[in-house]
Amino acid sequence: MTVATQSPRTARIPTKGARRPRRTRRLFGRLLPLGPALALLALFFAGPLLWSVYAAFTNMALSGSSSTQFTGLANFRRMFSDPAFVNSLELTVIFVLGSAVIGQNLLGMLLALIMRGRNGAVRTIVNSVVIGAWVVPEVVAGFAWYAFLYKTGTLNSILGHFGLSQNWLYTTPMLAIILANTWRGTAFSMLVYSAALSDVPPELLEAAAVDGASPWKRLRYVTLPLIRRAIVSNLMLITLQTLADFTLIYVMTGGGPGTKSSTTPLYMYQEAFQFYQLGYGTAMALVLLALGGLFSLIYLRLIKLEDA
Amino acid sequence: MQRRTKTLAAAAALLVGTTALSGCSLSSSSTASSKTITVAYEEYGDFTQLNTEMQTIKKEYETAHPGYTVNLEPIQADENDYYTKLTLMNRSGSTAPDVMYEDTFLINSDIQAGYLAPLDSYLAKWSDWNEFTDAAKNSAVGADGKTYGVPMGTDTRALYYNKTLFKQAGLPVPWQPKTWADVLAAAEQIKAKLPGVTPLNVYSGKGAGEGATMQGLEMLLYGTGNELYDSSTKQWTPSTPGMLSSLDFIKQIYTNGLAPDVEDALNPNFGTTVATELIPEGKLAIDLDGSWVPGNWTSTGTKPWAAWSTTMGEAPMPTENGQAPGSTSMSGGWTLAVGAHAPDKQAAFDFVALAENEPNALNYDIIASQIAVRKDVAADPKYLATNPTVGFFTNLVKVTHFRPAYPVYPQISDQIQVAMESVMTSQSSPSSAMSALQQQVSGIAGASNVASGS
Repeated sequence: MTVATQSPRTARIPTKGARRPRRTRRLFGRLLPLGPALALLALFFAGPLLWSVYAAFTNMALSGSSSTQFTGLANFRRMFSDPAFVNSLELTVIFVLGSAVIGQNLLGMLLALIMRGRNGAVRTIVNSVVIGAWVVPEVVAGFAWYAFLYKTGTLNSILGHFGLSQNWLYTTPMLAIILANTWRGTAFSMLVYSAALSDVPPELLEAAAVDGASPWKRLRYVTLPLIRRAIVSNLMLITLQTLADFTLIYVMTGGGPGTKSSTTPLYMYQEAFQFYQLGYGTAMALVLLALGGLFSLIYLRLIKLEDA
Repeated sequence: MQRRTKTLAAAAALLVGTTALSGCSLSSSSTASSKTITVAYEEYGDFTQLNTEMQTIKKEYETAHPGYTVNLEPIQADENDYYTKLTLMNRSGSTAPDVMYEDTFLINSDIQAGYLAPLDSYLAKWSDWNEFTDAAKNSAVGADGKTYGVPMGTDTRALYYNKTLFKQAGLPVPWQPKTWADVLAAAEQIKAKLPGVTPLNVYSGKGAGEGATMQGLEMLLYGTGNELYDSSTKQWTPSTPGMLSSLDFIKQIYTNGLAPDVEDALNPNFGTTVATELIPEGKLAIDLDGSWVPGNWTSTGTKPWAAWSTTMGEAPMPTENGQAPGSTSMSGGWTLAVGAHAPDKQAAFDFVALAENEPNALNYDIIASQIAVRKDVAADPKYLATNPTVGFFTNLVKVTHFRPAYPVYPQISDQIQVAMESVMTSQSSPSSAMSALQQQVSGIAGASNVASGS
């Protein structure tokens, strides 16, 4: 995983209009090898995407009716008067804020900062432990956490000595899935931030230290501004990934107890594939897409990419 | 330059690969001519019996119908995903199977979606059809009155009780409760005499899914004289005195310590825990459950338990106040259906008829611990000898009910689980849970299709 921390502006060379035919030909020459890839993308990526936009405005069902009618905004009206959906949207936002924005992002950055300048052995050990959590298949991670938090699980056999044991998946389902997702996803943020931090020139930090800046001030006024592009790309990537997270929650709580951890992807699965309301389910996917866009906008607003 | 050539070659290879792949899928569907019969069914986990059966029938069919090939398509998926995969296959004519293993739970949905072919003209010429019980015949009838599937077997539900625990608690064995109050009284006595034993399990809440609706609430509701759907007015009836007392029963057992801990009961794996841990370990005295449960305890089951047939007793679930017919049960069951896209429906039906003739039905009902739907199989000594509970559960077919399996049923069932969960956790009273249910069902089925509350 590489992260672009260099400004692309340096690559821009002014060109004159007279060179146009040659440029077009060169552009075509460059695009030609991309053709098959683009065609495949259009077929397997843009196609289903457009289809799902269409399906969101219909009453398409997997079973139960033989025809599909265009129903306009009916799915969206139904969604926002459906308390279960509004509840799922709230849980999704809590899940993203808790496990991605706060958990993975801050913990990943903290790990990367601590690891900076440590010797090779420490780095190797910590890296393999953290990345180990990331490479286990999601289903396995889900079961591991289920086994850890369940009533007769590992955590409770330890806490049992202090009389604190309880079924964590029942009493605190949201906290359980937030912790599990943080545990799993921190490695990604850590790698992104490690790469970004290695691009921060040590002279700048030394100069700041000589000027008497405290470690906190060096972080706040030197390091963070220099890695802000990495922060934005990291936040966007983990937000989108967490928004759509299904497997981990499905394995750990199944959205329960009741609907207490039923985030939008789980509710969407229930409506589309268990109740066969494909149109309604895909409409929710569009809302989720809009939510992802909203998060991205907020990040871009909060962290100004260009120099003022 | 050389690099570009390589890239182009790679791209070309990729393109060729893609066309070859799509070519494959095209040719495989185009060989599905009228001479091939595609059969889709479920094969998952320990449910391999149907696959065994289908392999035999394939050979028999190909011998009896030279020139025909049977293409078996076992779908590896659990029940919910099997429904989803089957409906996805049915969405396109090129993937739709000719014969499919179809749950009566879904059959009305699929009839309305136009996935299934009516079988009446073929059944009229099939003398074996008279051997099927009326209840079974009705389970595959669509809203248009036509029959769309041939039932393979069914299941019924009743009370299991642990005779050892009953004797320890000073309760009579054999036990036959006459009313709900008798069930509650026995559970109270176990609670008082045997601490550490859960007196009574009735599945409830979203964790148990359809099991909560069918083994739980509907086993109660259909014994009150009320039902979930009024077929004469074609309306759903979520607000009835029977629904209220059923929800109240759930509330009583879960809030008076007669039922399992709420957090255990809400675990999606609770059904497995009951069958493989709580009952064999003697930690549960009474269980309202399905006829398939002893399948777990046979020597080939997931939890072999040799002493089960002497330890466990069975009693029919009584009606609320003992009103006629005295006991009640619920049935589901699977059918073989013919796809609407099947090019040669007679050949497809011939396959169904062969699979469900007397020897094949007998064999399948035995190996898959099904409750027989053919009268000749039900009376066969070999069938009755397979498992000591078979006779008992087969008898319940007389008092059994089928779910109103209309397209909106899965959503209504989900709302019933929500209502059960809200009373078992004391979040709402039975009456307010019922009025919330009424409101939700009106939203799902349309207000005109729901009877106003009583």
